[in-house]
Amino acid sequence: MKETIALKVSPHDNVATIFADGVTDGSVITLLDKEGKRETLTVIGDVPYGHKVAVCAIGQGEKIYKYGEEIGVAGKAIKKGEYVHIHNLDSMRGRGDLAHLAKLAKEEEPT
Amino acid sequence: MSEHFMGYVRADGQVGCRNLVAVIPGVTCAGDVAAAIVRQVAGTVGLFHHQGCCQLPPDLDRVTETLIALGCSPNVGAALIVSLGCEGTDTEKLYAAVRATGKPTAIIRIQELGGVSAAIKAGIDAAQELVMAISDLQRKPVDISRVTMAIKCGASDTTSGMASNCVIGYVADKLVDLGAAVVFGETTEFLGGEHLLARRAATPEATQRIYDIVARMEARAESLGCDMRKGQPTPGNIAGGLSCIEEKSLGAIVKSGTRPIQGVLEYPERLGERKGLWIKDTPGREPEILTGMAATGAQFMLFSTGRGAPQGFPTMPVLKICGNPNTFARMQHDMDINAGCIITGEKSIEEVGEETFRAILALLSGRQTKNETIGYHSSMDIYTLGPVI
Repeated sequence: MKETIALKVSPHDNVATIFADGVTDGSVITLLDKEGKRETLTVIGDVPYGHKVAVCAIGQGEKIYKYGEEIGVAGKAIKKGEYVHIHNLDSMRGRGDLAHLAKLAKEEEPT
Repeated sequence: MSEHFMGYVRADGQVGCRNLVAVIPGVTCAGDVAAAIVRQVAGTVGLFHHQGCCQLPPDLDRVTETLIALGCSPNVGAALIVSLGCEGTDTEKLYAAVRATGKPTAIIRIQELGGVSAAIKAGIDAAQELVMAISDLQRKPVDISRVTMAIKCGASDTTSGMASNCVIGYVADKLVDLGAAVVFGETTEFLGGEHLLARRAATPEATQRIYDIVARMEARAESLGCDMRKGQPTPGNIAGGLSCIEEKSLGAIVKSGTRPIQGVLEYPERLGERKGLWIKDTPGREPEILTGMAATGAQFMLFSTGRGAPQGFPTMPVLKICGNPNTFARMQHDMDINAGCIITGEKSIEEVGEETFRAILALLSGRQTKNETIGYHSSMDIYTLGPVI
């Protein structure tokens, strides 16, 4: 069977991208970095084409990195090999909801 | 080393890769008359939009300036302005500015002519004369340094930042090194990657402007008090694996290549004789950015997609490069270049980059893109800042 690759773009990254169809909970794939280093990884969750998995455990509130840059924070604890997407990765930009809540909290402060 | 293409040299020295008569409604209310003229007269294209009245003065100026920039753009050989007569757009200024470039230019005014049917007849007659006047212009050899390439990514997925945008970055660097100009936009898609762009700014002023336009766009996105996810990234981006704007941005800015960023252009601004890599402050949505990029004076756009965006613009051919091998296989009649072979490991970024550069020279010399041949070239609207009132 053809090897399924999860590509880790930068050494600093804690997620990798899978460009393959049919990756489901329990699939065993190969984590490949830019230097060609390979590691076996068991996937947790069904991962569609082009989506990401964690390459190590990521604690709730910890930063998530891709391209060696911060792309958001873990909204909940993420296990090694687990599917990472909007259900457990929070964006920190364009968050009008957070800005709005911060404004309300400020207004409620006793003066 | 120099590279050449066969282009149309205009009276004002600009060089076009197409020779079109633009029919330009001054206001959305003149759109139906303009459309009737375009349907009847071969060789014309309509620059349809939804602006030009009941807007605040800065936006009305923006509409006038954008239409002027489009009328003056190099692929437009002649222009017909269609005015209703009572719009907020300054159609007399528009007519005078396009005419000043030396292009055959005409204007019709619907209310003055006695209504729709009379205006359609006058417009058809005028457009026919304009088409005939420019129809025998011959292409001449021109150096590639006379070109401005616009770049964009749309309907992106995670292949965009790893394949097709990398190819655009390669081509952008090559064109800048050959003395040409490259313009990129999509300010929303700088969020989370602005520090990487600011680091490449050629001047302290350009650095500051990059941070300023990102702050302005983020404030706009936050103005309704909600999370912008689903607006950006879009539901399609999310289905394609892009989880948040930061991830989308980091993949998107790869297409700007590695050369220094000379400065930031406002939306209606024309690049003129300036060369090198520039930013234009635009949103990511296709009609508004395609319009802004054509207004820059770009002869063509190199457009990267993963999920399959088919759009084009009336006066600016759009060459599609697709990073997702599955999408390319499904949408071969809309996608010009396959960068999916980078994802499958069959070709390198440089190989696809050189293939793309050759396709660009062919496009500039007259070879039609898939968006042109399929007739999907109406993705236009003007990006305004204030409310409709």
